[in-house]
Amino acid sequence: MTANARPYLEARAQKGLWASTRFWLLRRISQLSFLALFLSGPLFGIWIAKGTLASSMTLGVLPLHDPFIFLQSLAARHWPEGVAILGTAIVLGSYLLLGGRSYCAWVCPVNPVTDLAAWLRRRLGITYTARIRPELRLYFVVGVLAASAMSGSLAWELINPVTALHRALVFGLWFGAAGAGAIFLFDLFVAKHGWCGHLCPVGAFYGQIGRVALLRVAADNRAACDDCMDCFAVCPEPHVISPALKGERTGAGPVITSGDCTLCGACIDVCAKRVFNLGLRARSGAASIQSATVTASASRVAPTRRSPERVVP
Amino acid sequence: MADSGAGIPGNPRRRKALQEMARFSGGAAVAATMLTGFGVSSRAKPAEALRPPGALPEKQFLSACVRCGLCVRDCPYDILTLADWADGPAVGTPFFVARHVPCEMCDNIPCVKACPTGALDHSLADIAKAKMGVAVITSRETCLNLQGLRCDVCYRVCPAIDKAITLETSHNARTARHAIFEPVVHAEYCTGCGKCEKSCVLNDAAIKVLPIEIAALKQDEHYLRGWEEKKKGGGAPLVDAPLKLPTRKPDAGGAP
Repeated sequence: MTANARPYLEARAQKGLWASTRFWLLRRISQLSFLALFLSGPLFGIWIAKGTLASSMTLGVLPLHDPFIFLQSLAARHWPEGVAILGTAIVLGSYLLLGGRSYCAWVCPVNPVTDLAAWLRRRLGITYTARIRPELRLYFVVGVLAASAMSGSLAWELINPVTALHRALVFGLWFGAAGAGAIFLFDLFVAKHGWCGHLCPVGAFYGQIGRVALLRVAADNRAACDDCMDCFAVCPEPHVISPALKGERTGAGPVITSGDCTLCGACIDVCAKRVFNLGLRARSGAASIQSATVTASASRVAPTRRSPERVVP
Repeated sequence: MADSGAGIPGNPRRRKALQEMARFSGGAAVAATMLTGFGVSSRAKPAEALRPPGALPEKQFLSACVRCGLCVRDCPYDILTLADWADGPAVGTPFFVARHVPCEMCDNIPCVKACPTGALDHSLADIAKAKMGVAVITSRETCLNLQGLRCDVCYRVCPAIDKAITLETSHNARTARHAIFEPVVHAEYCTGCGKCEKSCVLNDAAIKVLPIEIAALKQDEHYLRGWEEKKKGGGAPLVDAPLKLPTRKPDAGGAP
């Protein structure tokens, strides 16, 4: 699948620089903005968001709380107080709308690290990869919760490289960044998309939200696909593409319904034929929209026909 | 994706799926076991690392604290820090070391207010009721006051002066004409803020704030104090009548 070491070249030639890099650029801006919200206080004395991604307070009014950490607290038999419950509800609600694992691609500080490893892999032509099934991370979700229950502590948070990296950046605890370094080497030399795609229980948890989340990537223009495989080369979760892209054979809709999709938009950027775009889940099961859709913004709402079996929150 | 025939016993695909499941469960179980061990061992906190005011007992604290650092951010004196890997307390949890910077005991307790989970108990409204630890004279041999000198620094800096630390006088046997002003900690009033430990003039502080678990302030439940039990019973004697004991005089002749 990694036939092309530079998959973006064709898209750049056909669509121009902006249309072939904008999701990449928007994601980097998003990731930096989330970091800047937390860093403006300690660096410049302008306090916007306090705390870390585990739990934060923005401008003294908006509490946000990591729902996976909330779940670990419950497993460790601590019932968190009101602010944490409210913060968890806000975060859960947001990702139910915005796509679940969009956390991974747009917010998580580890994402630039693993993206860099994946890019280097392509450019250096590293094809070796340990064979790990993506389902392993679901077992880790159970394992992490079991460890919380058995030790009566938030055991995963002792080693969680996601929150550790964020703490390292926001609080200057540099030992915590070592985990991210290990992930980089693991992704580069051991397994392709090894951490985010196979092991990380945080992403696996958000993936469960993604199974029902509203915002989705869809291969609306799949009839135009010329099987160049570029989207498979850049997608961090390549197995989510084919059911939607090749769904005409099985009668599946063009919407990528798998919770594993991170909504990173790399497929939208890389596709020279403009097959993919962001849209709402509601079209799933409806006849694919064959019109050459101009892949516009996330707010673009395609003509919808609700499938009977899917209830949109 | 559709695994047709996967439910038929003896089907090779079913067998492979089951094998994979067993493999993953095994891997996850090993990881969970190691993580559990790590989680339990993280309770071992160095004695000099003190938790913020209102912190639940260490074991509950580790199930409640999400390592967000909101208490650290809202501490106006930058006393709290989050633990890094080499610091000792569980990674990411807040602590302070009294000898470096003691707690200033803010009236409005902003660190407790900032805690989103209740790891710092929100029912703590009066900072004087905080129990971050308790001060203990750990070195009677080096404490200047106990040598008969008038240092008094720990006593003077104590925010609960004359309650948490008092000076008790006794005869100085060495000079035979002076008094010893011994600093005595009264745990009931000590919040464990650490001002005394911070300001001890010795290179190694003679007074230290210890975590409550180490100082062991809890009274043994099985040991009943007669005078307290008597009070509880409304002043009635605890035993019905004075015991009659046999007289053991050699030639009393009373005993057989």
